[in-house]
Amino acid sequence: MKFTVDWLKNHLDTKFNNNQIIDKLTNIGLEVESFESTTSELDTFIVAKIINAKTHPNADRLKLCDVDIGSDKTIEVVCGAPNAKNGLLTVYAPPGSIIPKNQMKLSVSKIRGVTSYGMLCSESELLLSNESDGIIELKNNKYANKIGEKYFKNTSEKVIDLSITPNRPDCLGVRGIARDLSAAGAGKLKINKKSNLKYRGNQNINVTIKKEKAQGCTIFGSCLIKGVTNKESPKWLKDKILSLGQKPISAIVDITNYVMFDLNRPLHAYDADKIDNEIIVRSSSKGESFEALDNKKYILENDMCVISDRSGVLGLGGIIGGTRSGTEYSTKNILLESAYFLPRSIRKTSKQLNIDTDAKFRFERGIDPLSIEEGLIKASELIKQICGGEISNLDVKKIENYKKTIINFDPFLFEKTTGFNVENKELIKILEKLGFNVSKNKKILKLVVPSWRPDITQPIDIVEEIVRIKGYEHINISEPIKTRLKPTLNYYQKLFHFLQRSVASKGYLETVTWSFTDSKINQLFKENDEEIPIVNPISSDLNVLRNSIFPNLIFYLKKNLDRGIKDISLFEIGPSFKGKNPGDQLTVIGAVRAGKVSRLSWNDKERIVDTFDVKKDVIQSLYEAGINKDDIIIDDITPSYYHPGKSGGVYQNKKEKNAIAYFGEIHPNIIKKLDIKTEGLVIFEICLDYIKESKQKIKDSKSEYKFSDYQKSERDFAFIINKNFKSQELVNIIKSVDNKLIKSVRVFDVFEGENIPEGKKSIAVNVTIQSEEKTLNENDLDNINTLIISSVESKSGAKIRS
Amino acid sequence: MSDIKKIKDDYIDKLNKENNIEKVNNIKSELFGKNGIISNEFKKLGSISVEERKKLASDLNNIKDELQNKISIKIQEIETKEINLKLEKEKIDVTLPERDIEIGKIHPVSQVIDEISSIFSEIGFSVEEGPDVENEYNNFTALNTPDNHPARDMHDTFYLDNNKELLLRTHTSPVQVRTMLKGKPPFKIIAPGRTYRSDSDQTHAPMFHQVEGLHIDKNINMGHLKGCLNYFIKEFFEVDKIKMRFRPSHFPFTEPSAEVDIGYEIKNGKIVIGEGNKWLEILGCGMVHPNVLKNVNVNPSKYQGYAFGIGIDRLGMLKYGINDLRAFFETDYRWLSHFGFDPLDVPSNYRGLSR
Repeated sequence: MKFTVDWLKNHLDTKFNNNQIIDKLTNIGLEVESFESTTSELDTFIVAKIINAKTHPNADRLKLCDVDIGSDKTIEVVCGAPNAKNGLLTVYAPPGSIIPKNQMKLSVSKIRGVTSYGMLCSESELLLSNESDGIIELKNNKYANKIGEKYFKNTSEKVIDLSITPNRPDCLGVRGIARDLSAAGAGKLKINKKSNLKYRGNQNINVTIKKEKAQGCTIFGSCLIKGVTNKESPKWLKDKILSLGQKPISAIVDITNYVMFDLNRPLHAYDADKIDNEIIVRSSSKGESFEALDNKKYILENDMCVISDRSGVLGLGGIIGGTRSGTEYSTKNILLESAYFLPRSIRKTSKQLNIDTDAKFRFERGIDPLSIEEGLIKASELIKQICGGEISNLDVKKIENYKKTIINFDPFLFEKTTGFNVENKELIKILEKLGFNVSKNKKILKLVVPSWRPDITQPIDIVEEIVRIKGYEHINISEPIKTRLKPTLNYYQKLFHFLQRSVASKGYLETVTWSFTDSKINQLFKENDEEIPIVNPISSDLNVLRNSIFPNLIFYLKKNLDRGIKDISLFEIGPSFKGKNPGDQLTVIGAVRAGKVSRLSWNDKERIVDTFDVKKDVIQSLYEAGINKDDIIIDDITPSYYHPGKSGGVYQNKKEKNAIAYFGEIHPNIIKKLDIKTEGLVIFEICLDYIKESKQKIKDSKSEYKFSDYQKSERDFAFIINKNFKSQELVNIIKSVDNKLIKSVRVFDVFEGENIPEGKKSIAVNVTIQSEEKTLNENDLDNINTLIISSVESKSGAKIRS
Repeated sequence: MSDIKKIKDDYIDKLNKENNIEKVNNIKSELFGKNGIISNEFKKLGSISVEERKKLASDLNNIKDELQNKISIKIQEIETKEINLKLEKEKIDVTLPERDIEIGKIHPVSQVIDEISSIFSEIGFSVEEGPDVENEYNNFTALNTPDNHPARDMHDTFYLDNNKELLLRTHTSPVQVRTMLKGKPPFKIIAPGRTYRSDSDQTHAPMFHQVEGLHIDKNINMGHLKGCLNYFIKEFFEVDKIKMRFRPSHFPFTEPSAEVDIGYEIKNGKIVIGEGNKWLEILGCGMVHPNVLKNVNVNPSKYQGYAFGIGIDRLGMLKYGINDLRAFFETDYRWLSHFGFDPLDVPSNYRGLSR
């Protein structure tokens, strides 16, 4: 909502200066977006000084000038004026300026091979005189200190731009703003002058509001003004319209607009001679159409509130008028409309047709239903004054009477809500200035809500009115209450925190990417999940919710590889969507690692990142987050986007339905499809929701500290075993030989090829054996050895290597 | 006596000149071996008179001690020399680079969320979460923003179905609704998370982060709201003094509503929070609207309290001097390395919020 201080003063007697008014507006909830002069095309022209003028290398008659325009660097301008010389003060127009004489827009251009940034101006180019022989020569004494400043003074009045919240339709008019300011002590609201308008004759175009279920209009007021001369608006009116940031059209249109912004009372003027017999306010039928004042043709749906005549639709009530009955300079007789349209109806229609107008904006928020006559009178007066004509009696048709809103208000609610007290007397004064009618019934105030405040319906609304006018600075600061109702984080929130930081500590950079992604990439990772399209995506390549974290991670990995970064470790922790209903989401960590380990190292051999790098990262992170490493089980069944032979799933305790993590190489097909150029690419993911919370807290789950001081022995075994036999199983077989004596089993060599039969491999393990009761003798150890070999051989089909 | 004295002197002399550890050991066995010179001298003791024996034994013992002492000193001397010589050859260039350090980073948004959680934890708030996909009721209607309310225009919503029933939450406020529906008052929660609006330019991203706050009890008023936010902002920006301004505003789900500005100034091209005459809007808040309380089965005549919503990304930008919101979500490795935080830098009260 834009207006000038002058305009405000039409309604407010105030001693406040501009800054005080600005502060007050902000303090009562009418947020000032800006307070500045309307911009002028002349603002760009600035005072400048030629520092150095030399001859153009390619043209004798042109000069190359270094110009000081008040910034750090000088600007180079090519100039053809004979009087351009060192030290001359003149006027400079930067690129983008519009030259008043020919309305040309300047751009950076090459003149005879030298780039010129803008132009130095002659008086004629600025329409100051006919002098066009050279550039302007400014007087030293006046302009020497003004280099860089605007040459033209901006004389237009400063405009206040308010951001009005949707609950305050009353402040979409200057008078409403003045009323709020007066309640807050910034002056006195001026009393509207009583109109001494003379009416002649009746409004003889019949108006009917049809009684329909979907009727969006409840009141239709109108008057006829006959014998007008429409013309250009006078300067004062044009200035007002310009200050709103709008273009003046004609006196009649400008007046209706002016009254809308002045009183928040939208009006519409019809050329009365173009109306076919009568006005019918009714609901539209599907397929009806009309051409609106925005020069677009609209085809209507059922139940839109239209103003029509016998020939059809004239306009959409409260939204936009039609061209068929529009006023022109030649218009002689006008019908002026001032109506009340239901916000719900306006909003529905304008959404369906996608129309936004100033009138629609106001009606959808709620116009004062009692302002029908006031609007007609104010506009008629102005029309008569500017365009002449005779005004008929006012005709007001209605199908519903306005019902007053009454609120019984207990002043204690104010203190209870705000924590401070305002005396009843002051409280009543504020409400009365806002337009409330206040009567007292013991402790309770009976309040009649002003008709322009549709937002006020219950006592809490009254609290807000009082506290905002009184000022939020009166609210005292209470020290925070530190009482805790429950622990800050639950198990999964803690897990999130631990895993996030343990993964990062393995050298991964955390990123945050959109929750949506490109369906084409998502397709490669979604497995059996349903695709979740967004109806109105921000762009076609962000058109579905991500079914996995990887589409985005891989996309951005590629971008970084393209930047020339070779070794990349990235991860994200966030939602991955399984369905389109609330809660159909999992919290997942996705991580990617590309490139080499020990690249260009002077002492270590460099190698491509591999599955066991990410396996270490995932297992260590899980361990650090509190998952028992010894309980973890690995298998080799993984989603289809993993390399089928080089990936694994991680399970907690025993094999449950869902793996808590996967790791491995990404499927080569995906690398090919997405054209990712890197030496190696491995990934892992952890699904937090599948991790089971330990039943015991750490303080209860620590077992007794036991250790053995008896001598421990180490034995190495090498087995020849089927190539596909999993080392994890071999280790388990050995451990199960004697859980008490076998302290650890470590695979230290795996070998295939020379000397090993086809389809077999050799696995070498180191077994640590220790008793908690005695030192084992050779005999004991031999027994264990024999048991280990026989168990492995019988359970796995392996053969001990001799 | 003179014999053995001479032997001693000869061997001391020999040892002094000797630099080879093997030869010293040879000398040792020459003297003290089974048939060593000194050993033999001891053997002779049995064949002489008691008187002489006493004297000679004492002399022999002295000489033995002296020689043994000399030998062990000599051995040590030679060993030290040899070690020093070896060490000198083993010198490496320690300025060569170490093995690669794996430097991971935490995203600024995560760091700021942890900072916020830490601060609110100190005054008894717990963390709640809600889903990113919401139904229309929780996101709007329950929050006193019925269909056809112009306030819905302030949120450009992403929808998942044509009936506009399912959407991506436009704010974290639906977590209020979920929390209150599933529990009983009092409530004291914060809810950080992702939020979505179909808006995209330099200062708007289609996804961003908010933290919701909610405190409902019997006597919570606007003074508590002010106190809570005053505490939070001071702690977050780690300044002693903060200029804070509450401005009346409007949100359908709170009444009275306020927007909060903090004072700042530009010093050397950087925003300095807490001083200066310029105001920066950083959050919206208010007393939870009675209609909202009714919608979640909380009796508004018994319980009342405040709610607030803060833009997390913006707070992070202000605190850490980040200019471009879009860069938060563009996964530029260089940007993440530059603005990211060390994973061990966990914000906490006792250790300090940031290092």
